[in-house]
Amino acid sequence: MPAHETFYEVMRQHGITRRSFLKFCSLTAAGLGLGPEFAGTIAHALETKPRTPVIWLHGLECTCCTESFIRSGNPLAGDVILSMISLDYDDTLMAAAGHQAEELLAQTVEKYDGQYILACEGNPPLNEDGMYCIQGGRPYVEKLRYMADHCKAIIAWGSCASWGCVQAARPNPTRATPIHKVILDKPVIKVPGCPPIAEVMTGVITYMIAFDALPELDRQGRPKMFYGQRLHDKCYRRPHFDAGQFVERFDDEGARKGYCLYKVGCKGPTTYNACSTLEWNGGLSWPVKSGHGCLGCAEDNFWDKGSFYNAVTNFGAMGGVEATADRIGGVLAGAAAVGVAAHAAATAVSRLRSSEAKGAQHE
Amino acid sequence: MASTAADSVPGSQRQPVYVFELPVRIWHGLHALSILVLAVTGYLIANPLSSPPGEASEHFLMGNLRLIHFIAAYVFTIGFAVRIYWGFVGNKYSRELLYLPVWRRAWWHDLIEEVKFYLFLRREAPPNVGHNALAQFAMWIFNVLLGFFMIVTGFALYGEGLGLGSWADAWFGWAIPLLGGSQEVRMLHILGMWLFIVFTIIHIYMAIRADLVSSQSSVRTIINGWRTYRD
Repeated sequence: MPAHETFYEVMRQHGITRRSFLKFCSLTAAGLGLGPEFAGTIAHALETKPRTPVIWLHGLECTCCTESFIRSGNPLAGDVILSMISLDYDDTLMAAAGHQAEELLAQTVEKYDGQYILACEGNPPLNEDGMYCIQGGRPYVEKLRYMADHCKAIIAWGSCASWGCVQAARPNPTRATPIHKVILDKPVIKVPGCPPIAEVMTGVITYMIAFDALPELDRQGRPKMFYGQRLHDKCYRRPHFDAGQFVERFDDEGARKGYCLYKVGCKGPTTYNACSTLEWNGGLSWPVKSGHGCLGCAEDNFWDKGSFYNAVTNFGAMGGVEATADRIGGVLAGAAAVGVAAHAAATAVSRLRSSEAKGAQHE
Repeated sequence: MASTAADSVPGSQRQPVYVFELPVRIWHGLHALSILVLAVTGYLIANPLSSPPGEASEHFLMGNLRLIHFIAAYVFTIGFAVRIYWGFVGNKYSRELLYLPVWRRAWWHDLIEEVKFYLFLRREAPPNVGHNALAQFAMWIFNVLLGFFMIVTGFALYGEGLGLGSWADAWFGWAIPLLGGSQEVRMLHILGMWLFIVFTIIHIYMAIRADLVSSQSSVRTIINGWRTYRD
């Protein structure tokens, strides 16, 4: 394989027509929220720029990111992207296995030092020197560090790589640690979600290889174009929220009428993702559309945030006791009221006694 | 019982003192009112009422509750800012609740004596013209510290609605990742409301009690500004 072939050449080799290629470019431009003129920019970039290899590593994860990715709603986009990143290395999708596969990593580092994108699915466990995730006979964290040392930028796929997700939930016995806390010297783009939406994943990769730049990130390192708003901001049930019409139980009249799911614990108002606009499986549906609240899977630590079915969720209070803010507050306010009443009674008794004592003195 | 020289001055012979200037009294009223409105609307935002029947387009219940909450929040915040300004230009009592003079031995002494008074270990409250040390301590924790916390978390959440890059997001949005995320900030904001309720219960009790039991006026003072004394 020549080192400097372009994306376009690779796509053509995979049997994608020029017409399909141009369609993909305009679709991607629209998906990224860019104007129509950027379709040409993307096409030009893909035709002229040397192809950037993408190495896809898997740590502690469930492969739902890969599953989502290969179901990229538009099959065309999926084909194109798959041939684009063309799996120089991806444990799940590549043909090579064993020593052959591991050799590919060394070859990529040699050939594309400082040029490839490292896409990480899952995270490394750090306890016991990383022995909770062994690949090819050595801890995953070592492989991650080695590949990260030579990459251009890192994409942290999914909530595992971005935040830690379920394996990092309390008490996190393996000390599963998100990528940005392990690799400190490379830019990390977080694409959270459990899994992330396929079009978001393809969009982020395409942006990076087409423009040779990182997408604009928010405070927490997520691409603004997909994570700039909460589900709630673009939810089609939002009018019911504003009207105050809520589902109280999953079998009530409100549920049948498609009222807002906030009271049954929808985390749409606290979750940044593109579900309410892009939807899932090629725009077929998404959790709220199917009648269930958002779990907040794209948010940091969503496993430990208490009930998926309450709007007011738990705090991990002292001694492992969990309670909601309303419960803790109610107890505090009750204690204050009781304390005040007791103090008032004590005051009255004390005054009465002292006035009796005074009266006795006067006599 | 330990008693200082000032204790022995009969209350009826002490001159009234002008403690709370008009801006302070107006702020106190607005502050209390805004907290009441914020607590009621805030509670209903977290725990909404039952659904009104009919089409969504006929109602704007949640929208209006949030609107009232936001307006009250502006009253609270701007009032807080003006009150801090008044601490610089007002009389000496006006700055008492804005800082704790922890470097003063006398303040600590007053704090201990005041606690003793409320534990029935001394009969008369230590003499104070403005706020006593205990009141000052509580006001600082619950109004300055908690008030500031509620403003930061509140506007951070408000900024989520205004959107990334809005002024509220730019000024206060940092609080959301700092406190662990949007849901955590909401829960802490709710807990803050409960702490305000706890403070209010104790504050009102103590103010009325001071009127009834101690030799100095209290409730009347926040209405007309004058601290008067009696036996």
